[in-house]
Amino acid sequence: MATTEVRPAAEEPEHLEEIWEDDPGVPGFFSTIDHKRIGKRYIYTCFVFFAVGGIMALVMRLQLAGSEHTVLSPSAYNELFTVHGTTMIFLFNTPVLAGFGNYLLPMMIGTRDMAFPRLNAFSYWIFVLAGIFFYSSFLVDSAPDGGWFAYTPLTDKAYSAGLNLDFWGLGVAFVGISTTVGAVNFIVTTFKMRAPGMSLNRLPIYVWSMLVFSFMVIFAVPAVTLAAGLLELDRLFGTAFFVPKAGGSTLLYQHLFWFWGHPEVYILFVPAAGMISMIIPVFSRRPLAGYLWVAASLVAIGFISFGVWVHHMFATGMPALALSFFAAVSLIIAIPSGVQFFAWIATMWHGTVRFTTPMLFALGFLLVFLLGGITGVMVAVLPFDWQATDSYFIVAHLHYVLNGAVVFPIFAALYFWLPKITGRMLNERLGHTSFWTMFIGFNLAFFPMHILGFLGMPRRIYTYSSGLGWDALNLVVTLGSFAFGLGVLLTIINMAVSHFRGARAPDNPWEADTLEWATSSPPPDYNFEAVPVVASRHPLWDQQPLPVADSGPDDATRAFGPAGAHEHTTPITGGLRAAPETTMRIPEPTILPFVFAAGLAVFVVGLLAQALVVGVAGLALGMVGLAWWVWRIGEH
Amino acid sequence: MTATSPQTIQTVIVAPPSARSRGRSVGWWGIVVVIATEGTIFLGLLSTYFFLRASSPRWPPAGVAAPELPLISVFTVVLLASSLPIFWAEAGIARGQQGRLRAGLLVSFLLGAAFLGNQIYEYNHLEFGWTDHAYASIFWTTTGLHGLHVLGGLLISLVVQAKAWSGKLSAEHHESMQVFSLYWHFVDAVWIFVFSSLYLSPHLQ
Repeated sequence: MATTEVRPAAEEPEHLEEIWEDDPGVPGFFSTIDHKRIGKRYIYTCFVFFAVGGIMALVMRLQLAGSEHTVLSPSAYNELFTVHGTTMIFLFNTPVLAGFGNYLLPMMIGTRDMAFPRLNAFSYWIFVLAGIFFYSSFLVDSAPDGGWFAYTPLTDKAYSAGLNLDFWGLGVAFVGISTTVGAVNFIVTTFKMRAPGMSLNRLPIYVWSMLVFSFMVIFAVPAVTLAAGLLELDRLFGTAFFVPKAGGSTLLYQHLFWFWGHPEVYILFVPAAGMISMIIPVFSRRPLAGYLWVAASLVAIGFISFGVWVHHMFATGMPALALSFFAAVSLIIAIPSGVQFFAWIATMWHGTVRFTTPMLFALGFLLVFLLGGITGVMVAVLPFDWQATDSYFIVAHLHYVLNGAVVFPIFAALYFWLPKITGRMLNERLGHTSFWTMFIGFNLAFFPMHILGFLGMPRRIYTYSSGLGWDALNLVVTLGSFAFGLGVLLTIINMAVSHFRGARAPDNPWEADTLEWATSSPPPDYNFEAVPVVASRHPLWDQQPLPVADSGPDDATRAFGPAGAHEHTTPITGGLRAAPETTMRIPEPTILPFVFAAGLAVFVVGLLAQALVVGVAGLALGMVGLAWWVWRIGEH
Repeated sequence: MTATSPQTIQTVIVAPPSARSRGRSVGWWGIVVVIATEGTIFLGLLSTYFFLRASSPRWPPAGVAAPELPLISVFTVVLLASSLPIFWAEAGIARGQQGRLRAGLLVSFLLGAAFLGNQIYEYNHLEFGWTDHAYASIFWTTTGLHGLHVLGGLLISLVVQAKAWSGKLSAEHHESMQVFSLYWHFVDAVWIFVFSSLYLSPHLQ
């Protein structure tokens, strides 16, 4: 950073739009590789799955509103709770966080796209095709019905003969590809594409959280791919991994599944907490308290979360030493969560809090996360877990953490960043109403479940007799869940109204501190005509006006300035301080990611139908895709 | 804390890096992360192997002999040896020697193909099918997945060779060779663990 100069701003660069814009119409829809379009698509697709999964929950709650209702048959109930759980984990929570990451992360670190833009499009298409594949099970009346964790031996071919569980197993393995390649993209983008001067200790906490998210995905998702993959080998080809009479082990399945399953809880929580760490400081008008502690806590959670999976298996009769170890680790992981909690409180304590809708959702998150965290510590205690396991207490706990501690931050993020994404503000009053309806509905729906658990109500029952003392509480739960659903509907209405009639959003409506707010709302296709130069953890607060880099004469610095934007490139930086290294050409739009995702989908359908030809054709297409990718690696 | 003033912008000339400070390429980081996740899959399979072994009274199960070692040992050496010409070829192209690049890739390809050929031969002479028992399932699946990785590596090698012969790689720019070489070393390194676990360890009773 040798010289600086102040000069008048250039004219609005209209021809830049032409260089960066997608093809028009339908071809453009399938060929886009713009991280913002893909991120938006991720978010909207996920909300469709969220709505569908939510409606299933409401139908189940109608069935359970009173004793011996007949809204659903037992088998339909099994299908609904399986598809509800699978949808919320695999098709809503995980991908919606990846979607926000896709949209926000490149802008937050001051670059023009992701490191692998075509892979990014591929990741989205895999996700949406996996979702369609999974839901097509309803068309052939074979929706998965073995619970969202699909324990063997129930899910072996011997006890679940239909195609139902194959839709689950293949769908889960398939969608894992999407999550994994997304994580690869986030890691490399964060390592190699930060704006000059954005050293690791200036990285926004949200970017830290996406980095931890991605590393956890890299090491956890292989386990669920194996669990589902080996299950499918057993089911489709007759191998014996989980068949005890042939030397297999049903417990093995549980180990594989939960080796992913427990990190997964934190895979969801970490980015959600990262969002909260961005939102609370902005509406407290001060920097986050204990930045270093919060970043270190996120990293610590990433590590520790790989040592807790057996707490899902406390009741399987394992050696006491193993149980004690995993119980202890499950208690220890509460510490980094607590550190963040106190950092958020301290931020508000020393700040001036503005109660906007995103802030309300963040505060609501704090309360439900506190409760979910406390019940989490409770079930980490062995004797308590043995009492509570497989009861509604667990249903309450998992919804407080997965619905409360993840969905509330997602809604906070939606109200916070949607003005940037769409260029239109959301209605604050409707937002407040939506929050209070959701918050009250949430607690009415899920708090009584703790008590139902103590009263002995097991999870996954399709009905119950009257006279057990469960009727009144179940009615409250049902009413609460409908209130929660109404609150969600209000936000969807808010989004629709905002789309047509919302007030124009200024560039930085919340006076926030990070680089995404330095762009216009909505941002131009190229994000930054000239890449910002970062000298602070809070560039928009501390650097006025925000300095931008000029194009240098050499390959390392050429892409920084407007010349780089004109050449459809973005700078590659590296090292701890994001020093300039080289220039990356951003590829042109292409439908090939869609074609190869579709090829893999054909392969999966071939496996389902056991059609060798279809399967081989799909695999061949995958191989061609690999070869094509290596051929196209730019040698520069 | 107000929006940037539209009238003026402050531009900064970022100092170019010194010649020595150039880091790894985006593709290099990408393949490293892919290797991490692929390695975890193999770790999971080997854990599965030992989990099944620990929960079985006899391993391999009664009536199944421990894997024979002579032939596979030879081809283990062949596979590991296939990494050496890659080192040699990569060092060559770093100095702009196209001949070394092409020759090294070809020799490595032939060694890898020989390994794969032996695996197909071995599959045809195994005394158990993969549905017979859990031991057979994990044996076939682990070696099969590794074989698919070898196949994928050979495919990538072909593409890189095509690039080498059409002169697309140079001393300064041979990222696809770097990516392939890392991947190939990974496939070889994984085999050390697969071989030790699936072939050697059953002989330790």
